Amino acid sequence: MADLRELYQETILDHSKKPRNFHEIAEADASAVGHNPLCGDRVTVYVRLRDDTIADIAFVGQGCAISKASASLMTDAVKGKSRVQAHQLFQLFHRMVTGKPGDPVNTAGLGKLAVLSGVSEFPVRVKCASLAWHTLEAALESKKEIVSLE
Amino acid sequence: MSKAEKTLLNVPKIQADFPILHRKIRGKRLVYLDSAATSQKPRQVIDATTDFYMRYNANVHRAIYELGEEATREYEGAREKVAAFIHARSPNQVIFTKSTTEALNLVAYGYGLKGPIQAGDEIVGTVMEHHSNHVPWHFVRDHKGAVLKYVDIDDEGNLRMEQYDELITKRTKIVTVSMCSNVLGTINPIKEIAKRAHEAGAVCVVDAAQAAPHLPIDVQSLGADFLAFSGHKMLGPTGIGVLYGETEALEATEPLLGGGEMIREVHLGRASWNDIPYRFEGGTPNIAGAIGLGVAVDYLTDLKMEAVRAHEMEVTRYALDEIHRIPGVRTYGPEDVKQKAGVLAFTIDGVHPHDIASILDVEGICVRSGHHCAQPLMERYDLPATARASFYVYNDSDDVDVLMAGIRKVQEVFA
Ligand SMILES: Cc1ncc(COP(=O)(O)O)c(C=O)c1O
Repeated sequence: MADLRELYQETILDHSKKPRNFHEIAEADASAVGHNPLCGDRVTVYVRLRDDTIADIAFVGQGCAISKASASLMTDAVKGKSRVQAHQLFQLFHRMVTGKPGDPVNTAGLGKLAVLSGVSEFPVRVKCASLAWHTLEAALESKKEIVSLE
Repeated sequence: MSKAEKTLLNVPKIQADFPILHRKIRGKRLVYLDSAATSQKPRQVIDATTDFYMRYNANVHRAIYELGEEATREYEGAREKVAAFIHARSPNQVIFTKSTTEALNLVAYGYGLKGPIQAGDEIVGTVMEHHSNHVPWHFVRDHKGAVLKYVDIDDEGNLRMEQYDELITKRTKIVTVSMCSNVLGTINPIKEIAKRAHEAGAVCVVDAAQAAPHLPIDVQSLGADFLAFSGHKMLGPTGIGVLYGETEALEATEPLLGGGEMIREVHLGRASWNDIPYRFEGGTPNIAGAIGLGVAVDYLTDLKMEAVRAHEMEVTRYALDEIHRIPGVRTYGPEDVKQKAGVLAFTIDGVHPHDIASILDVEGICVRSGHHCAQPLMERYDLPATARASFYVYNDSDDVDVLMAGIRKVQEVFA
């Protein structure tokens, strides 16, 4: 049965109250704004790239505990990773949170992000948990376009 | 005292009529506090729609045979019940639509876009409207050059009535307002607003989506020219709504849907229209929905709307008193339950409304979180979202107690 403590684990509460990398990056190479109009959640993700590596990442915005914690955990998780690795991590993460309620959850390869596995028991919160990730993808996409234009 | 007691509802008996209230949510008793979004349905309503399909399903107004006759009789009977419920002079002033939204769009289209509204004519709304009483008027502004103006609210969520003095001018053709706010619960003085509209030669359009389920309505004494509401918020099925219209206003309104049922004669070059209200009901209507709504109206009429209102005032008063005892919780809208329907928007310091709703969900409590389709109102309060509990005939002080325990639980989780 879905347990409250699974959704609101200590780590999640901690990251939502004291989000890591919660600031703008003035000279970001890429950024994007994510918006969930249904709940008013809004997040901006900033990225600095060194070659193909996410050298630095930060975010600002407002939202529920799940969306804030997810954004915070994401910035920690993808810092130092290549674009491809970040994308793969998102796919694993997405698979975890969109699992059918009641099914066993696969947290392999997700490290600390596994604390968000409880989201799969609350399908309406999947959007909250994935907003920052979609925004990161959009930021990295836009960078690609700029690069290809150059 | 004894008089007040006599008007109260027998809540356990009412609860027994609602099958859904007996199911469990995540192992807990279902505490349904989202009737402002949609109400639950009593067995009587569910049975009536089933009965239609099981025993006398046929199209209305067209069949010669007995079955069709029966369906038509029940469908038209529902119209009569609705007319009596809102004290319309005639059932012909009751048009069945699919919802409040469709009813308001019918007015905006038929009286605004295609009707007598000219470029530069003014439409006066308010900042507290639901999106469905904003966007249709945007169409009239964008396609016909009408000018939209809005009455503001004070910090307690009451309309700043004095603003009507300035906003209503010789060019005002429509004054539109909700009878009851779906966020603040504010009950607006429709009679006074309709009077001011009429003095300027304008019509008064009333969004009664949150009023028809909860307050006695007398369209004649209110002076409403158009009044819209939805069946699903008043114990009835989804997909059925009502537009009431003053006869003169309806005669100036063009139909929204062309097709069967709404015509008298059709030739390839022209068509003439059927009488009101059929003119506005193009196509096969939601027959089962209308019949179900008729039974919902019977149910509410048996309870007596005065008693429904008295009960909800009592539950709301209790909820306000209890919620104010919890530090760190803010409420929005009037404090005086004489000015407020059973809608309680609230926020908890340091907790996003989404998280409130999720934690309450685990306790079996259904509340809404978000902007409640009233973004301009949320902007007015500079809030991204609130949580909202709303009460109806099947809720009582036990439900309020469960809600308060749930709110304390939310605070514990986020402590
Ligand atoms: C005040 C108000 N107006 C209009 C509506 C729209 O009703 P419906 O979705 O049934 O068309 C609602 C429903 O939430 C409402 O609360």
